[in-house]
Amino acid sequence: MPLPPQHYLNNGYGVKSWLLTRDHKRIALLYLAAVTFFFFIGGAFAVVIRLELATPAGDLVSDETYNKLFTMHGVMMVFFFLIPVIPAVLGNFLVPLMIGAKDLAFPKLNLASWYIYMLGGLFTLYALVTGGVDTGWTFYTPFSTVSSTTKVIPTALGIFITGFSSILTGLNFIVTIHRMRAPGMRWFRMPLFLWSMYATSLIFVLGTPVIAITVLLIAAERVFQFGFFDPARGGDPVLFQHLFWFYSHPAVYIMVLPSMGIVSEIVAAFCRKQVFGYEFVAFSSLAIAVLGFLVWGHHMFIAGESVYAALIFSILSFLVAIPSAVKVFNWTATMYKGSISWDTPMLYAIGFIGLFTVGGLTGLFLAAVGLDVHVTDTYFIIAHFHYIMVGGTIMGYLGGLHYWWPKISGRQYNEALAKLSAGIIFVGFNLTFFPQFVLGYLGMPRRYHAYPPEFQVLNVLSSAGASILGVGYLIPMVYLMWSLRYGKVAGSNPWGATGLEWTTTSPPPTDNFTQTPIVTQEPYVYPRVEGRVA
Amino acid sequence: MSELILPKRVYYTIFAILLLCTYLTWQLAYFDLGPLNTVAALGIAVFKSVLVVLFFMHAKYSTRLTWVVGIAGVFWLGILLALTMGDYLTRGWVN
Ligand SMILES: [Cu+2]
Repeated sequence: MPLPPQHYLNNGYGVKSWLLTRDHKRIALLYLAAVTFFFFIGGAFAVVIRLELATPAGDLVSDETYNKLFTMHGVMMVFFFLIPVIPAVLGNFLVPLMIGAKDLAFPKLNLASWYIYMLGGLFTLYALVTGGVDTGWTFYTPFSTVSSTTKVIPTALGIFITGFSSILTGLNFIVTIHRMRAPGMRWFRMPLFLWSMYATSLIFVLGTPVIAITVLLIAAERVFQFGFFDPARGGDPVLFQHLFWFYSHPAVYIMVLPSMGIVSEIVAAFCRKQVFGYEFVAFSSLAIAVLGFLVWGHHMFIAGESVYAALIFSILSFLVAIPSAVKVFNWTATMYKGSISWDTPMLYAIGFIGLFTVGGLTGLFLAAVGLDVHVTDTYFIIAHFHYIMVGGTIMGYLGGLHYWWPKISGRQYNEALAKLSAGIIFVGFNLTFFPQFVLGYLGMPRRYHAYPPEFQVLNVLSSAGASILGVGYLIPMVYLMWSLRYGKVAGSNPWGATGLEWTTTSPPPTDNFTQTPIVTQEPYVYPRVEGRVA
Repeated sequence: MSELILPKRVYYTIFAILLLCTYLTWQLAYFDLGPLNTVAALGIAVFKSVLVVLFFMHAKYSTRLTWVVGIAGVFWLGILLALTMGDYLTRGWVN
């Protein structure tokens, strides 16, 4: 079976045909290259951090260097990988295909957002090569405004600039989903990935301006000494934390909602069943997006926040567990008596559900004020948010990348290697981060390069896990690249999945569809599998 | 919508009002109004931004949908302010 004669990948080969493209699919691939680059930079920092922590003494790098390592790891991973990765890569590729449109509503704006992202990335890389930053990715005042002598301003500008790329992507998706759905694609016929993209876009548009201005205030305060965060001049350092977390808590949902959307798609496709409680899963995405804006104070329980505010923020934080649990229960109910096939994407989806559940439940520990006071700024926090961001977001992303790779590239990867690396990643991940829950509970603080000797066993386990995890991330790089040239041709719909993206050729033509599709039924209508009681 | 062209007079009038308000803010700063200092300064600032949104950004002449989007944005700012003030205003309650 050959590839289709005309598709978006062979429609022009020159540099210009890529760098000036307005095709959402090509822009998705530009993003794929860029975020992968930042992922491996951020990952390299993590490797050095785990090497340093293999021994109790701070012997590999100096304390200043260590501060820069964890800061740059956080900045690169959060702002330049985790936030853009799924919306800008898979969202860009899939939103028009899933609604049966030719492109996003604003193709030029889409390209512009990639350039803005790259410009922000360059600022941050500049900060990196000229000495780095040591404030932590959270830029807490007064350290970031008064004490730090590192490259705070270029990093802040980099984040400020990149914010606009998020806003433009969000705007583009919202308008596209409102205005460009194919005939018959009613809201409640949309695949759940689109609901999650829509919810994510709302957070992009409503939250990102706040972080952009907040980091700009840090830069302004450093240059002009305005005193926004300086008590001596009527300012307040805790105000910074309010502004920062107003965005940065919802940002966690920017990272994890898209993964949840991917998991919904994969679970339906590999269980051959309609997603249980479709409306609940769809609305829980919106509920998470909205509730996510009301909980930021849980980052400030020990920061001098009033006990009454802490009480309110604690209760609201517990509430977010409800829509999250709705999703987990509904995926599980979808699998129940489904005809499950254990292909690579499904392995990642199952991994996501398990790891996200651990991350979510430990989040409840942290929402409880009393317990949070004990574990704030310990490795318990580190473990918790890595379960959400790495165990959740990256597992979902890799699941989605494997699920749609035949659509993106037109070819299949090596299934055996893919399953192997999914297993390696799952084992490596848990070995890396589970010991950190214990470490944190026992009192090991985050952001130190030395620790008491009794913590060494758990730290060595964690470092060993990190090396396994690193290998697990490198293998897909190799076989996915390999498949681009040598992979078996996949055909339009290798998984036998529903959804408009599978009705067009793989890779799709530049205009996506030869004729506008017409939608006549709900998503995920799979025929009953013979010999099974449904 | 995007074709709308207002007479230049409108823009100049609004611009003059904005300048006047700026002057007012400056002059008010010379009087000590006690707790009303902030209220007065912010009141004038909000009035100015409403003018900018309504006339310069053409919100006054836009569709209902644009209004909904604008109001949602302000509402979200309200969440930020309300919950942040919820911290500051209740700090003295316990000691
Ligand atoms: Cu949070």
